[in-house]
Amino acid sequence: MQTTVENQTTNARPVREEYVAPNVNIFETPEGYVLQAEMPGVTKDGLEIMLEGTEITIVGRRTPESVSGEPLFRERSRADYRRVFELDPAIDTEKVSAKIEQGILTVTLPKSEKVKPRKITVD
Amino acid sequence: MNLLRWQRPELASWPTFGGLSTLRNEIDRLFEAPLSELAHGSHFLSGSAPALDVFEDKDNFVVKAELPGMKKEDIDVSLHDGTLSISGERKSDKKWEDAEVYRAERFFGRFQRTVALPSAVDAAKIKAQYKDGVLTITLPKAEEAKPKQIDVQVS
Repeated sequence: MQTTVENQTTNARPVREEYVAPNVNIFETPEGYVLQAEMPGVTKDGLEIMLEGTEITIVGRRTPESVSGEPLFRERSRADYRRVFELDPAIDTEKVSAKIEQGILTVTLPKSEKVKPRKITVD
Repeated sequence: MNLLRWQRPELASWPTFGGLSTLRNEIDRLFEAPLSELAHGSHFLSGSAPALDVFEDKDNFVVKAELPGMKKEDIDVSLHDGTLSISGERKSDKKWEDAEVYRAERFFGRFQRTVALPSAVDAAKIKAQYKDGVLTITLPKAEEAKPKQIDVQVS
């Protein structure tokens, strides 16, 4: 009798790079914008921030974790983080800075000087 | 106790549309999490309870929870009757209180998750580490709960 066993671990479909979008908070002050993205498991080395035209792309690659043992329960996504935002033209792209701490990426996007509210003194 | 071996289901890829992707992540989480009695959360779809992974090897259970942007003094880890409880409060940054808010997707507030461990652990040797926004709790199994080889005597 012929039996066929389906191997559940191989996929016929090619593996595509999948990302998950991190939760963000975006604030605006007269000085500029602040973007906070939640990327637990990502360190400075895993970050890629690209400014292109009017867009900013933030990518966070998780540090590979070596865990011994069998998974009993799994909710965390294993995908890397990625999200794209439209930039306000008032942002001075030369002055954009970023840092990551305990899985929170904070990107600071200052507005260019000429756009900031300025008092004009009258002679 | 009914313990399901975790299997990753195949889901068709969805296109990502900005804000809808958060909804997609929540729905993915809903379908991917096995409905076992192992871990319970305070809210299923609100995104408030941290995502957990639980692993087991011959000596330890390892629980990993995603809790970005916290201070370790705001995280509580306790063990009671073989159930691990992770709770705390995620506090928002006072710095941006007066700023104009464009998006507010991050959750702030109290949370709690419990994990019913399948076998006894040595409470005195539990270690918890918080790094890069991930809380890793290592729970060494109690000696009597470790798998032991039993010699078969033939007489």
